[in-house]
Amino acid sequence: MSNNMSFFSGFQPHDLLFMAEAAGQTLLISVLSISTGTVFGIIFGWMLQSGNWVVRAILGTVLDVFRSVPLLIQLVLFFNFFPIMGWPLEPFAAGTFVLSLYTASLVAQVARGGIEAVGKPMRRAARSLGMSYWQDMRYVVWPIGLRAVFPAWVGVALGVMKDSALVSVLGYVELLRASQILITRTQEPFIILAVAGAFYFVLSYPLSKYSQKLEERWAS
Amino acid sequence: MIEIKGLHKYFGDLHVLKGIDLNVAKGEVLSVIGSSGSGKSTLLYCINGLEEIQKGAVIVDGVDVHAKGTDVNKLRQNLGMVFQQWNSFPHLTALENVALAPQIVKKHSKTDALEIAAKQLKHVGLGDKLNVYPNSLSGGQQQRLAIARALAMEPEYMLFDEATSALDPELVGEVLETMRMLAEEGMTMICVTHEMGFARDVSDRVAYFHQGIMEEIGPPEQIFGEAQSEHTRKFLANVR
Amino acid sequence: MDYHFHWRPVFQKLPELLQASLTTLEVAVLSMIIGIILGLLLALARMSPIKPLRWFATCWVELARNTPALFQLFFFGFGLGAFGIHFAPYFIVLFGLSFNNAGYLAENFRGGFQAVPDTQLRAARSLGMTIPQAYIRIIIPQVLRIVYHPMTNQMVWAVLMSSLGMMVGFRELSGETQFFASKTFRIFEYFAVTALIYYAIVKIILGAAKLASIRLFRY
Ligand SMILES: Nc1ncnc2c1ncn2[C@@H]1O[C@H](COP(=O)(O)OP(=O)(O)OP(=O)(O)O)[C@@H](O)[C@H]1O
Ligand SMILES: [Mg+2]
Repeated sequence: MSNNMSFFSGFQPHDLLFMAEAAGQTLLISVLSISTGTVFGIIFGWMLQSGNWVVRAILGTVLDVFRSVPLLIQLVLFFNFFPIMGWPLEPFAAGTFVLSLYTASLVAQVARGGIEAVGKPMRRAARSLGMSYWQDMRYVVWPIGLRAVFPAWVGVALGVMKDSALVSVLGYVELLRASQILITRTQEPFIILAVAGAFYFVLSYPLSKYSQKLEERWAS
Repeated sequence: MIEIKGLHKYFGDLHVLKGIDLNVAKGEVLSVIGSSGSGKSTLLYCINGLEEIQKGAVIVDGVDVHAKGTDVNKLRQNLGMVFQQWNSFPHLTALENVALAPQIVKKHSKTDALEIAAKQLKHVGLGDKLNVYPNSLSGGQQQRLAIARALAMEPEYMLFDEATSALDPELVGEVLETMRMLAEEGMTMICVTHEMGFARDVSDRVAYFHQGIMEEIGPPEQIFGEAQSEHTRKFLANVR
Repeated sequence: MDYHFHWRPVFQKLPELLQASLTTLEVAVLSMIIGIILGLLLALARMSPIKPLRWFATCWVELARNTPALFQLFFFGFGLGAFGIHFAPYFIVLFGLSFNNAGYLAENFRGGFQAVPDTQLRAARSLGMTIPQAYIRIIIPQVLRIVYHPMTNQMVWAVLMSSLGMMVGFRELSGETQFFASKTFRIFEYFAVTALIYYAIVKIILGAAKLASIRLFRY
């Protein structure tokens, strides 16, 4: 096969479209999981910060497990667990479920860091001005903490976007799975992977640079 | 002997030293005073080759510091330097801080290096801090550690760049005391300093720098008593 | 629920799974060693005045950080096949992880180098140390201290990422689990046990790193 190493024989324009659609699937599952996971992650983070020790111990351990077991294993586990419980799930649904949980476990840590970054003295100052607990949360902790952890959150979100490639193990056709399918058909691994890589890069690089800029600006 | 001849130094377009001529004899203590940005630190860096120069020459014991073939690493062993920020190596104990260079630069055996280090630390009054890490030393102690570290290379010259300006006021004394001790032992020293008391009492000559030019040099009585230059008088009036 | 859990076959294969865990550890540790060396070089290259060197290092770092690890493995797996380069599964994983580790560590190292004040270099040079001596004895030990925590995290990542071996036919812990699971159809049970093993490995690494840090950094 190395004799006819023409880069164009197998790979056709409409394949590019196929990959673009698959990139859309990657984006879809990522956005869904990241937003769900972020909401739950913030709630968990707050519970880790202000819950009693039972909540902290149990929730902390569970979230720690999600961070310490490979995502690939989590996907396979849950995908096979749902049918056992009697609710077989589509790869997309199962993938979104696991990715959301995984995101939440990471965001919880970030969120707790954010609340801690605000610091006791500042919060005490806020309360001494007569703010209620929720006012303190809304007007002091949230804006200051958000600033402190936004770059870290972007890091988590981009990580999840890249990790969504693993949902391909369940058979869900996202970008990387689509590339595999095309490679099998066309035998053009290099160019197809290059295109896939370019898609990921375009999704990830600008955001990561942007958050880096923000971090530098906020640091000074 | 340190001979500085027609020394010019630029940082890009910034003309920092504008033709310095200066000799420092063996055993002499020279204090360099002057306002911020006048090029005092840069002068010291040029003397031990930490900065390139654009014109002129610096000659230490007959060796041209900036000539092509000069082994600056060898040369620097003879020119101890103490900085404003004390720059102790945080990952090494006081003893290791001082022993490292004798061991890896002078190729002393480890035992010899440690022995030299212990001796120098005792010399500067840190004999009870041998195995302590710098972060548990005070600023004054760290600065004395830096002096011991430089002395361990057995240099014939010591360059001090505002060794006391970063210290809390109550810690300045112990470092000046150590410097005074060295001067009394006959060490050749160039001290950039803002401590006018030290400059007057300890040095043989005082040089006043103003905007890259050595405006005036002479014995302390002259500089502090009957300065020739308008700039010198103004500067001294302000620091007092 | 008419599913009956069968744990026995999994426990019978426990020795094989633990054996495979050692393979996981081996490839993770090796990829970290390679990653640390390459990461240091990349960090230095990114700070170097030589443009092509900077450019090359930047490309490496950005590619490693902005594409999925699985993509990187595929690239070593069959992307290079287009040029007639084929690696055994072990090396696909090793090279893929090393590439990824190096990219992430390079950024950590760069931050570490920037955090060490340049007056440290001046002080070392003023004592007559050469540039390599100053770097090896003074700068790099301080950088390693600064990046120790991120480095531990990267080690954990390397272990987790090595599970991707399953996707390229490498029989580390996940691959081995997959192999047995597909033979017996006890997929859930096998992967549940494997998840526990991973959790234990991660905890052991973090514990060991903590112990080591107490011994290593006494300042
Ligand atoms: N590495 C450098 N690059 C560019 N400019 C520099 C550099 N180092 C010093 N300068 C400039 O050279 C001039 C002289 O600096 P130098 O540090 O020698 O002054 P100084 O007399 O020691 O002042 P200070 O009392 O503040 O230490 C200053 O204007 C300074 O901004
Ligand atoms: Mg200065």
